[in-house]
Amino acid sequence: MKNKWYDYLWIASALYLSLGFFNILFAWLGLICFATPLLISVITGSKAYCNKYCGRGQLFDLLGKKLKLSRNKSIPQWIRSKWFRYGFLTFFMLMFMLMIFNSVLVFKDVKSLSQAVTLLWTFRIPWHWAHKITEVPAWVSQFAFGFYSVMLTSTILGIITMLLYKPRSWCVYCPMGTMTQLICKVRAGAEK
Amino acid sequence: MAKRIASISGHECVACGCCVKVCPRNAITIRKGIHAVVDSSKCTGCGSCVRECPASVIALSESGVGL
Repeated sequence: MKNKWYDYLWIASALYLSLGFFNILFAWLGLICFATPLLISVITGSKAYCNKYCGRGQLFDLLGKKLKLSRNKSIPQWIRSKWFRYGFLTFFMLMFMLMIFNSVLVFKDVKSLSQAVTLLWTFRIPWHWAHKITEVPAWVSQFAFGFYSVMLTSTILGIITMLLYKPRSWCVYCPMGTMTQLICKVRAGAEK
Repeated sequence: MAKRIASISGHECVACGCCVKVCPRNAITIRKGIHAVVDSSKCTGCGSCVRECPASVIALSESGVGL
């Protein structure tokens, strides 16, 4: 099968993750990965983003299949259960709102900028070297650190499940995937 | 013996589209972004999608029933 242009979006995903090591402000670009799938599902009522354009999914596919890093085992039933998928989406949204709240506190000068990346919502890793442009408002940098934490954390989770189960196991519990599927369900229900 | 084809557990499907990508006969589509659907007239029961599905919710069964 001939590759299409969008089969190379994994390069964009890999590039995005690398850029965050050099300049944290690149983290803002990650909003594209949030807005695009939502817009596609709301406007067209499809999961075309997951099905075709998701660079992260392609990256896991590459690591798991081409580089043969995946054990290729079935995912445990509880991960694919509805309560876990919706539960993880809820947890993810709460953490996302907390991250925005943190940026607001920095904006209001209640908190000072924390030049760190928090992995798995627990481990604070100093990341000051990537804070290169200091002319922008502190909240802009704070959001970047927070957003990059979200992206890196979910990549780590995705890599772990890629290794343990099938390459694209992340897709099973991906909050964006769950949310877009939910939007499609609501849309299809409304059409009836 | 009845033909064995892929059957998808629709309510457990996450609609990621991994099966669509590997199907050699283009027999699978994602219906309305909700779940994958197999065209039983095209499916040869090769099992590529069964191995691919990250949720492991596809199985081969006689004429697509079951699961």
